[in-house]
Amino acid sequence: MLKRTVPIVIASVVGFLLIFAKFSPPISSWENEVVMWFDILAVFAFVLGAGNLNLNNLKKISERKEGWGYAAITLLAFWITLICGIGKLGVPPNERYLTYLWSGEYDAEGSSFWWVFNYVYVPLAATMFATLAFYISSAAFRAFRANNVEASLLLITALLVLVAQTSSGPMLSELIPEDSLFAIFKIDTIRGVLVNLFNTLGTRAIMIGIALGVVSTSLKVLLGVDQSYLGGD
Amino acid sequence: MDKFWQTLADLDRRWLFAVTFLAISIPLLTGIVLPQKVTPMVENVFNAIDELPSGTKILIPLDYDPSAEGELQPMADAFVRHAAQKKHKLYFMTIWPTGVAMIQRQIATLKKEYPEYEYGKDYVNLGYRPGYEGVIKLITSDLPKLYGSDQQGTPVSKISMMAEIDSIKKFPLIVNVSAGDPGLKQWVQYAATPFDSIEIVGGTTGVQASTLYPYIPNQMIGMIAGIKPAAEYEKLMFEKYPEIEEVPSSNMANVYMTSQEAAHFMLIAIIILGNVVMWQTSGKRGRS
Repeated sequence: MLKRTVPIVIASVVGFLLIFAKFSPPISSWENEVVMWFDILAVFAFVLGAGNLNLNNLKKISERKEGWGYAAITLLAFWITLICGIGKLGVPPNERYLTYLWSGEYDAEGSSFWWVFNYVYVPLAATMFATLAFYISSAAFRAFRANNVEASLLLITALLVLVAQTSSGPMLSELIPEDSLFAIFKIDTIRGVLVNLFNTLGTRAIMIGIALGVVSTSLKVLLGVDQSYLGGD
Repeated sequence: MDKFWQTLADLDRRWLFAVTFLAISIPLLTGIVLPQKVTPMVENVFNAIDELPSGTKILIPLDYDPSAEGELQPMADAFVRHAAQKKHKLYFMTIWPTGVAMIQRQIATLKKEYPEYEYGKDYVNLGYRPGYEGVIKLITSDLPKLYGSDQQGTPVSKISMMAEIDSIKKFPLIVNVSAGDPGLKQWVQYAATPFDSIEIVGGTTGVQASTLYPYIPNQMIGMIAGIKPAAEYEKLMFEKYPEIEEVPSSNMANVYMTSQEAAHFMLIAIIILGNVVMWQTSGKRGRS
């Protein structure tokens, strides 16, 4: 009982208090204090996250579950990066405090952390993202089919957007005279209609819907109706 | 003929991968640059930086990571070069932990190409703070509360260009480059929209652009969404400041744009071919 009631009361009181503070100039700065608390809480979250990562992956390795090798690589990468960063390995000392080896920044150029970031993380992240291009071309050939009216409309829109995002497409369509009946078929005109009309209308509708949903969900949390954030027993 | 279409229908996807690789890599290796037609939105973004009086304080949050670097780095480079050319005061920060390295790249550019730019006087690196959009909300009213020191740990009280900065309301313009949430959307919602004194322009990935168009032009002056507008921005910059064009890596968006051009036309061809194959093979199946 106490395990659930206390967190609900804290969430409710703090939530309503901050809403009230927003409209009360003398205490409007309370919001800033709470944001600062987030920084402190984030530190604990980092520790919890790291602990969780280690526990889950160690369990996977010890039980020799499928893919345990990846778990080992994850742990190895985690610890190497952490030791490089916290230990400031290879960090050149700060110019003002040359006698103190640890006075430099953990990510200073030439340090081991800087090396891991630039020569391991950057190429890996870029490779993962670049690989998408190959899967997109495969999916375009096999899945982007004009099977029905809806799919055909989507296909035509996609082709127009693809042409609009080239240099030659819009430039070639400039050959159509401005006063011609076909001027509406200029790529820039079509792109303008797609972006400013269809996209903006659709996106605004979704955004308004999400905002109303957030208000509704927040009220449920503040009133204690929605307790899903506490987890289930 | 049926066999031909069936062979295409059963095409090993590695052939598609090979075509994609060639379509992207050949233009990159040749370094061919295509002409660009500048769109009004890119012009608006350019003018937002260009029309500010020299020495204006500009906040530059770089909220992206290496996975989006290929698309966003050229526009971040262009923004920084343009602002430095105008002798604006640059305040770098990020709400992404990986953004710190992205800022360092810009600082390296400044040190190399604008040696007269002095740290603490002309530019400052405020670094990363956790808290997502909470950081933005806090610095709209009290910046020193969260940023007591810069990235190197120097107290902001000892940095001359931070003397008058008590909140981001002191920045007439925010130039954000972001690859997702929290990013440009949150900067528009929590910084630019509530305060009339703050204008914002941004750079973002192509996939993120559709969710940001509704904010233009009332809440955001404009944005550079993807490589094509970035290439247009470079063109505008080279027209006004021809000396920048002499810097070897200053036209990366234009170089990447040629690859994108080839890749897009390849995709269009692949989509059309895929549909023709479908019509040919499904028609045959229907008749048999």
